Amino acid sequence: MEKQNPSPAVQLHHLRLENARALLEHDTTVSLPSAVDSPEAYLQAVIDGLCELSLRDPLTGLANRRHFSGVLERSIDVVARSGEPALLLMLDIDHFKKVNDTYGHQAGDQVLQVIAKTLTGCVRPMDTVARLGGEEFSVMLPSCHTGYGKVVAERIRAQIENLSIQIAPGLSIKVTVSIGGAYAPEWVRSTGALWSERADLQLYRAKKEGRNRIFLDQQQEIYVSAEEKNLLFGHLSLGDPAWIESVSNEPPNNTGAGPMQRVF
Amino acid sequence: MSDVLNPPHSAEGNTGLPTQPSGKVIAVTSGKGGVGKTFVSANLAAAMAKRGQRVLVLDADLGLANLDVVLNLYPKVTLHDVFTGKAKLEEAIIRAPGGFSVLLAGSGMVEYSRLTPEVRGDFLRIMNGLVPHYDVVILDTGAGISDVVLFAVSLAAEVMVVATPEPTSLTDAYATIKVLVGQQKRQTIRLVINQTARLGDGRAITTQLQQVLDRFVTTDTGKHVKLVHMGDIPADPAVRQAIMRRQLLLQAMPGSPAALAISQLAVKVEETVGLKAE
Repeated sequence: MEKQNPSPAVQLHHLRLENARALLEHDTTVSLPSAVDSPEAYLQAVIDGLCELSLRDPLTGLANRRHFSGVLERSIDVVARSGEPALLLMLDIDHFKKVNDTYGHQAGDQVLQVIAKTLTGCVRPMDTVARLGGEEFSVMLPSCHTGYGKVVAERIRAQIENLSIQIAPGLSIKVTVSIGGAYAPEWVRSTGALWSERADLQLYRAKKEGRNRIFLDQQQEIYVSAEEKNLLFGHLSLGDPAWIESVSNEPPNNTGAGPMQRVF
Repeated sequence: MSDVLNPPHSAEGNTGLPTQPSGKVIAVTSGKGGVGKTFVSANLAAAMAKRGQRVLVLDADLGLANLDVVLNLYPKVTLHDVFTGKAKLEEAIIRAPGGFSVLLAGSGMVEYSRLTPEVRGDFLRIMNGLVPHYDVVILDTGAGISDVVLFAVSLAAEVMVVATPEPTSLTDAYATIKVLVGQQKRQTIRLVINQTARLGDGRAITTQLQQVLDRFVTTDTGKHVKLVHMGDIPADPAVRQAIMRRQLLLQAMPGSPAALAISQLAVKVEETVGLKAE
């Protein structure tokens, strides 16, 4: 907000904002400033609010499928760059249709909300929890080393198993989830589609093997440690083998900081 | 362990052809892109064709390969048309300038980079139909280690990794080798060092990689993976000239140092797959 323009280029009353306003006012998490005090601030808040709404699942407040697919694609790039493995979990509430059929959709919605809250509580703030639709959820865990994945997934499974979800006064039910997961580690370039397919495959296994269980794709655990890199290229700093001499003719004991110093 | 690495052997039995990797199939792969994988595949094929072998280069980097660019080809029918049933396999195989055959994926194949069991089965069937007609089949795989690359490599009896002496290329080559040993139980990996600065570079690099592999990588049976140095291709301005003219080096400048090195490599590859020069 640099200046108060007495005659703004865009006149708010020329815009049809009723639908957007209705949408945003319906959502309790968004509060719009006064349109009279600062039209710019108002318009900005409407835009921000709509952006926010377009990325969120209205029932649970989690990321929606659109938001999550962006997270998925970005995670692949981050993994390729940072070299830290990321874990993608796919979750599905077991026999959810039965909950809906027996207790009604409202009860089903309550279950979804409680599960959403539990999921969020089980992971780090940097992780992304999403509801992909129906009773399907997914979690993206960046920088998740292979040993920890199982622990996180098991924590989620156990916490949900131990929940007692109250759907009406004096009426609580229990649900379980099946979880499938797959890593996108450093050296294997993949696509978001292939990655989710691998996680889905594991989820399918978990369902098939009796539900309320976890399967993680451990396929690609390969990574190259700093020690290995050091051994591969440690000699570069010594100007040792023939292939490096053509690059640098500096004597190796010159300054200790020749043009071909340690690369990694 | 994904079944990407254990392609189905079922539906192919009725063709009466082997479904196991054939001794005649060589996958050319690399960790990093841009190290000359396709250049090596195409020129190696030309060198072997010159020596009387029937060679097929298959673009196994579904939809992303540069084989058509390198060979200056504009195919009307591609593997994609075979997959979609629009053409017969024979129609998709074209004659490359170097006297060998090529099977190009075609840009539509990107959608097949999702390796469903059907795609794997189709690919296997195509391979089984092709292999008996050639002395050697070269699979030009994609860069990096993706599910598609691993599947393509799993179809080959021999894997040849192309790397340059650059640290990034060597790290990626090392990682590739590690994956191939870990997931495909490969015990022998062949190595070609491209763009070497001087004689002996490739051998020194191979020794270095072998030492690190010996220390960090063992197969299930507790054995070490064996790297076989297949040859070096020296850094040579002729290569760039040929590539810019979209010609095969072996045709454009057959006397250049890099072309001579590739001819030597051809001899070594023939020995590897058990072929006799004609």
